[in-house]
Amino acid sequence: MMAMRWRFFRQLQVDSETTQGLRKIQIVDAVFDPWQLQQNFQNESMQGRTDFGAVASFIGTMRNFNEGDDVRSMELEHYPLMTENQLNQIVDEAYQQWPIQNALVVHRVGKILPAEPIVLVAVWSAHRAAAFDACRFLMEALKHRAPFWKKEFLKEGSTRWVEKNT
Amino acid sequence: MCYIFTMSIKVLYFASLREEIGRGSDTIDVQESLQISQLWKKVTGQNSMPDTLLAAINQEYTGSDTLVNDGDEVAFFPPVTGG
Repeated sequence: MMAMRWRFFRQLQVDSETTQGLRKIQIVDAVFDPWQLQQNFQNESMQGRTDFGAVASFIGTMRNFNEGDDVRSMELEHYPLMTENQLNQIVDEAYQQWPIQNALVVHRVGKILPAEPIVLVAVWSAHRAAAFDACRFLMEALKHRAPFWKKEFLKEGSTRWVEKNT
Repeated sequence: MCYIFTMSIKVLYFASLREEIGRGSDTIDVQESLQISQLWKKVTGQNSMPDTLLAAINQEYTGSDTLVNDGDEVAFFPPVTGG
């Protein structure tokens, strides 16, 4: 059983045409399978609905190098309540800007190894433009505003905090 | 009778700042209202906040001149690097 904390699971009105949109924001402290979570969320959020025509998703994984150095592992720290607040606000903004149906944001914390997923953002909509644009927006806003911090453990033994996001 | 009103403020530190300060939190009792920048000076002894330092009150981003209220949870942290 994956150690997983379920944070938010709430329904909101998107607009009168596209019925309801469902969002889920999860912070997980163990390895997760982004494809499985995306499939599970689609099953539970769509409930047999077939009015979506586009799903855009982004998966960020841990690289084994950064700024010219080999990185062996990472420790991801976060500010729990504020993280959920910020992610919910960002998702609110996406719903205000695009006619999206459902949104899923999953972010890893704790010890992470190369190739493991760090973040999953997935957006469902009737047409591709909203899904692409909202997915990109969610990811960029998350990187700039959600209070997560990465500490790198380098191959040669030292550690360092990542100081800025690229 | 004379009452002195004391405000209790919880202050959190994250990531590299937590390591530099050597602890994750403080509880500060103050008798006068403080701006975020004044609270920073009180907890660190530094006269000014570093340019890149971020602050939050009750889990929302805030500016350095915002007044802190009794019972608030204030957080100081370096630029965020998630995703």
